[in-house]
Amino acid sequence: MTEKVGVYICHCGSNIAGVVDVEEVAKWAGENLEGVAVSREYKFMCSSLGQELIEDDIKNEGLTRVVVAACSPHLHERTFRRACANAGLNPYLCHMASIREQVSWVVEDNEVATEKAKAMIAGAVNRVQLHEELEPSLVPVNPNTLVVGGGIAGIQASLELADAGYPVYLVEREPSIGGHMAQFDKTFPTLDCAACILTPKMSDVGAHPNINLLSYSEVEEVSGYVGNFSVRIKKKAKYVDEELCTGCGICIEKCPKKVIDDVFEAGMGYRKSIYRPFPQAVPNIPVIDTVSCTYFETGKCKACEIFCPTEAIDFEQQDSYLDIDVGNIILATGYDLFDCKTIPQYGYGRLANVFTSLEFERMCNASGPTEGKIVLRDGVTEPESVAIIHCVGSRDENYNRYCSAICCMSSLKFGHLVVEKTDAEVFSCYIDMRTNQKGYEEFYERLLEEGMNFVRGKVAEVTDAFRLPGEEGKLIVQVEDTLLGIQRRIPVDMVILMAALEPRADAREVGLQFGIACSMEGWFTERHPKLDPVATMTDGIFIAGAAQGPKDIPAVVAQGAAAAARVQGMITKGTVEIEPVVATITEEMCSGCRICNTLCPFNAIEYLEDKEVSYINTALCKGCGTCVAACPAQAISGAHYSNEQIFAEIEGLLYDVISGNGAKAPQVEQEPVPA
Amino acid sequence: MAEERFEPKIVAFLCNWCSYRAADLAGTARIKYQPNVRMIRVMCSGRVDPTFVLKALALGADGVMIAGCHPGECHYLEQNYKAMRRFSMLKHSLRALGLEEDRVRLQWASAAEGVQLAEAINEMVDQVRALGPLNWPGNWSEDGEVEAAIERLAEEHAEAMEVPA
Repeated sequence: MTEKVGVYICHCGSNIAGVVDVEEVAKWAGENLEGVAVSREYKFMCSSLGQELIEDDIKNEGLTRVVVAACSPHLHERTFRRACANAGLNPYLCHMASIREQVSWVVEDNEVATEKAKAMIAGAVNRVQLHEELEPSLVPVNPNTLVVGGGIAGIQASLELADAGYPVYLVEREPSIGGHMAQFDKTFPTLDCAACILTPKMSDVGAHPNINLLSYSEVEEVSGYVGNFSVRIKKKAKYVDEELCTGCGICIEKCPKKVIDDVFEAGMGYRKSIYRPFPQAVPNIPVIDTVSCTYFETGKCKACEIFCPTEAIDFEQQDSYLDIDVGNIILATGYDLFDCKTIPQYGYGRLANVFTSLEFERMCNASGPTEGKIVLRDGVTEPESVAIIHCVGSRDENYNRYCSAICCMSSLKFGHLVVEKTDAEVFSCYIDMRTNQKGYEEFYERLLEEGMNFVRGKVAEVTDAFRLPGEEGKLIVQVEDTLLGIQRRIPVDMVILMAALEPRADAREVGLQFGIACSMEGWFTERHPKLDPVATMTDGIFIAGAAQGPKDIPAVVAQGAAAAARVQGMITKGTVEIEPVVATITEEMCSGCRICNTLCPFNAIEYLEDKEVSYINTALCKGCGTCVAACPAQAISGAHYSNEQIFAEIEGLLYDVISGNGAKAPQVEQEPVPA
Repeated sequence: MAEERFEPKIVAFLCNWCSYRAADLAGTARIKYQPNVRMIRVMCSGRVDPTFVLKALALGADGVMIAGCHPGECHYLEQNYKAMRRFSMLKHSLRALGLEEDRVRLQWASAAEGVQLAEAINEMVDQVRALGPLNWPGNWSEDGEVEAAIERLAEEHAEAMEVPA
């Protein structure tokens, strides 16, 4: 080998140098490792002076390879690759050894740490000499964007992009956009009416020339890669012609079939078989629910068709498919609510006056089933006392360990609404009050002053089994008041369960469809939890809102806007670099066995019938290397992770063992250091 | 002084997305673990060719760890399942070669599991230390017998290696 390798060992202040003897390692590498032309240590390699050191050596010493032993490559690989590129060296001819995260920070003994650092540098030096020059390819970015989910996150993202002049396809599963926010009454802590602030944005979406709103639709198939996705969208049959319908609502009025609305009204109210979820729905076009529709059941009725003034009803309508090309995708698919029936001791579904938080939202809403009156399940009786139970399904290792983030504030909002609308006494049974955003703590104080009672303790049980005076006919909340150190039985008329936010039931399937990962719980995983919160590991796919984890409306809106900003950046730049770390097949070596064909989840490998060999579409290849490992003929090579490179790294890592056990040593000379 | 303790050398293949980040996290959180493991970054646990493991053992490693994302959390959707399949096959072959079970280990570690990865490493180092040095013949390329034995094994288990459509 005739490569000239430069080895640079970073002190990282005292982070590395405090444990690893960097001078000794630098000297050792320079004297013992084959191919090393320059070996230096420096206080901060990532500083501009550190980078210049590398650049100067490349220019003056004619280095052909660079090894930087410093922090994790996840932190500074780009920095050092750039430094190499600045000096005219292909950036892929640089390799990092993580002697901070994997050595100085985790090894206690200085001498042992120094030895481990040497082994890692030997591995890197060995490997880097087999590196090949790679060039990222440039592909154009399609300016269209797909936004999945029409809740407030998706609405915000769509409007940001559309206002900036870029076309957006907004896909929503339900007949109307609006998401959970449309179901709410007030929003904390300002008590703005949710509909008053949401519906103008919804109409903006509906009317925006740059937004193609696809309601009652779902993504069927996704293929392609960053900048160039092809998406097939299934538009479910609405049985109403969107072109002809004026949204007058006569069909809804005339429909004779009334069913319980489990979705928008959370089972508290009714809708017709032809319906729109709520009066301000966008688009304002009703859909027919074929499960309950009398015509679909019996073949008779057609009241809607008879009365429709524009002949928009079409019972023959079929699901249709739309194929679109987009450059980027924003997933804002929201959350599901924890099923409160899962906790039987809280009595939901068994005790009539135990409500979920969403049911109570609908009850408080002036356009909801009780027209905003807070009443018991009988629909008339106003409660004299209400208990709000926090953390139902959250912060509980039996269900979900995480905090649902919004329930403390919602319960304060509920408390306020009860106090405002009724004379009832309110008890809030909490584990911890979490009011840590702008204006939240002040709202908590306000409720303390308004007379809401706070009981610190996790509720054991809600029961109607009375045994003390004053308990008859009431729901008894059994709770340990941990501040007073006593067991309490609080008799109330109404109980509200603050249900946990959970990932969508189909989040994992959706994740697979778009090629992004989910956390253990099922929340979409961001590229970096702090520094890259809306991007994902798959380029061109962004996430926003509660699909990424529980969060309140301001945070959701911020993420929607952030995701849109990231997409705008991609579109404005116009092209995107595709990592050259991909697999390729050497045709002459391929036997056409097709083992690799089924291994690729990205469908990057196709079989060329005419040549009887397999072929990898490098634009689709994500570089995992599974096919490389599987090819029995070793006809597939994985750029930057070739067998030879990895073998060389193993040999280097084990340099000290190899020299001791008689195995064929890599080119490492163990001669004594001359004085 | 007591006899010098045997310090095994273990090579670990860590996937770029979960396990290598777990190692990063263990570092950032200053979780101390035994220094006997030397790590190699691969893009996915699915990249780990069984020959990598054999090569490491042949060159003098006393054990090999393969670490990847948890099932269902693979950055490449499902390639860790392929690593899993390959691993059981590999174990089968290694058993035939007389290798103790504990010398190879497949470990799932998410990017958040720095502690778990460190614990797994400690556990494995202890196990391999208890087993003692592997002392495999060092020189593969000059010992055609061993290579031939591995090839024969692959042939014998060709059926198990087939990937269902």
